[in-house]
Amino acid sequence: MSITYLEAIREAQAKLLRDDERVFIYGQDVGGAFGGAFKATKGLAKEFPGRVLNTPISEDAMVGTAIGAALHGMRPIVEMQFADFSSVALNQILNNAGTHYWRTNMPVPITVRLPSGGTKGSGPFHSQSMESLYAHYPGLIVMTPGTVEDAYTMLIDAVAINDPVVYCEHKYLYYHLKADKLPTESFPIGKARIAREGRDLTIVSYSAMLQEALAVAEQLSREGFEIEVVDLRTVKPLDTDTILASVARTGRLLCVGESFPWGGATAEVISRVTTEGFHLLDAAPVRVNAKDTPIPYHPNLWSTHRPSAKSIAAKARKLLRE
Amino acid sequence: MLQTAVRKGKKSATKKTPHERFLEAFRWMLLARTLEDKLASLYRGGLITGGVYIGRGQEAVSVACGMFLQKGDIFAPLIRDQAGRSAFGEPLVDVARTYLGSRQGPMRGRDGNIHRGKPGDGQLAMISHLGAMISVTVGALMAKRWRGEKNFVGLTTIGEGGMQTGSTHEGMNIAAVEQVPLVVVATNNHYAYSTPNEREFACADLVDRAIGYGFEGYTVDGTDLTQCLDVIGSAVKRARAGRPPQLVVASMLRLGGHGEHDDASYITDQIKAEPFAKDCLKCAEKVITDLQLASPETLKEWRAEAAAQVDEAVSTAQKEAAPDAAQEDWCAISDRQLMDKPE
Repeated sequence: MSITYLEAIREAQAKLLRDDERVFIYGQDVGGAFGGAFKATKGLAKEFPGRVLNTPISEDAMVGTAIGAALHGMRPIVEMQFADFSSVALNQILNNAGTHYWRTNMPVPITVRLPSGGTKGSGPFHSQSMESLYAHYPGLIVMTPGTVEDAYTMLIDAVAINDPVVYCEHKYLYYHLKADKLPTESFPIGKARIAREGRDLTIVSYSAMLQEALAVAEQLSREGFEIEVVDLRTVKPLDTDTILASVARTGRLLCVGESFPWGGATAEVISRVTTEGFHLLDAAPVRVNAKDTPIPYHPNLWSTHRPSAKSIAAKARKLLRE
Repeated sequence: MLQTAVRKGKKSATKKTPHERFLEAFRWMLLARTLEDKLASLYRGGLITGGVYIGRGQEAVSVACGMFLQKGDIFAPLIRDQAGRSAFGEPLVDVARTYLGSRQGPMRGRDGNIHRGKPGDGQLAMISHLGAMISVTVGALMAKRWRGEKNFVGLTTIGEGGMQTGSTHEGMNIAAVEQVPLVVVATNNHYAYSTPNEREFACADLVDRAIGYGFEGYTVDGTDLTQCLDVIGSAVKRARAGRPPQLVVASMLRLGGHGEHDDASYITDQIKAEPFAKDCLKCAEKVITDLQLASPETLKEWRAEAAAQVDEAVSTAQKEAAPDAAQEDWCAISDRQLMDKPE
């Protein structure tokens, strides 16, 4: 018996709908017998009549509606069909939900699920990782679960949080990542996790890149290096303390993220470590991101555009020699 | 004296005689005009930071939006809705506090001017991005329906400028899909900032969009208070009774600039001579005088009362402390445990 990352997301939503009558799911094709483009809500409309609702192709209005409902006691979960399309809802997420508590003293407890990241053949408009963009704006929590366990517990936590949460779930992990069972306890939100202990180099990562980082650590262990892997879990808030503690142990920092290179989560990690822990570093920190072009369609191009275990390992080996 | 506090126990506008209703509406309009004249003068005197955005000429439409709403309803006003906000129950001092940046205002100096509201009391706080509040109102109404509340409506306002955004299109459509008891009152004041109608839209009449969205649509002369009360009041009644969402398109001329910083020199003399350019407040006063609904002495008394209320609100806010950056917690989320600490 095993459960996938995608099934964990579905199970978390089933539990939320079962346990909390304020919860409803709102998004394109989530309802009926269809259950979403990726089947993250499969069967839920039948099990919870009237609470898993198909919407028009109106990302702005989907989030606006969720905001209004949240202000009047509901706990909406909005499913974007692809993270990329949430750009249409940026205004509602950033300018309405993100500013609301600060302006009015009334928080907006919405959860926006973003099926994120690249998969083979998906091209420029069905592959994006938008966590860095959302983290840039004030007023939002940005989650990037990289394990089946976190996919489950963090979604449950997201709905419990009184502030707006952007929950970035990685499409590549949907079917590839499996666990034996669902967890009964959750790791605290806002805390990064040491996914693997080591002493030669810290790799900070999150979401699907966590799995690439773990693969690199395994590979380099055969070359005699002990790599510590930090899973950020939330890019906002960013757990600087756990990162600094790890860098204090290893003296070397490599950050890996799938989003575009200009600014963003990896740049923020390096900025904080060099500002607050410059003395801990034995070598200049390095980062690996996607390339600064739209995400290519053809697998030959895409596999080079995104960071991979191969490209991360190459940077890691170079950094370990410095 | 007109009570600008919460509407509790107030006699519903629908239960008043037409004359009582007209006079009450006139007094809210007068209060809004008096307040906004004062705000404009404070702005010109350098006492208000940022902008001042007023509803001169739009008071008849706006007051009709606020007057038929009850406790438990949702009102999502925009920038020219002072009369409606007051009629819905917004205390004058909240306006003064927000414009003057008092710490005791609903926005506590964190936001200003017309970007204010008390969402817990059904007064949604607009953002500047036009059309965004339509779907938010839809969501609020869905929540009320889920929670088993009855007999409620939502009303949101928009201009002919805001009607051209994608957000308005999505919001109108989703309102009809969800069949919520919503009234959208769209006022064509003939300019989006400086841009005239011919560069804003090309349809024959904006109300024609109602049928396209699955709304019921009506038009109204925004300079005529009697019509505004009838048409908007009826739309609210129909929405409350479970009819499809309602669109009311009003026509009038903005009697001033986009804000007080704008001299509106682009408004042509030709358009100023149009029938829709009449001042609704003067028209309403003429009705009162012609029909002898109130004596000149009473009108004078009402003016003095409005001025006194405005002065009291402004002087209260002026005495209050401004926000203090050193005491601000600089946290944009409610859960401080989850606050990011970049420094």
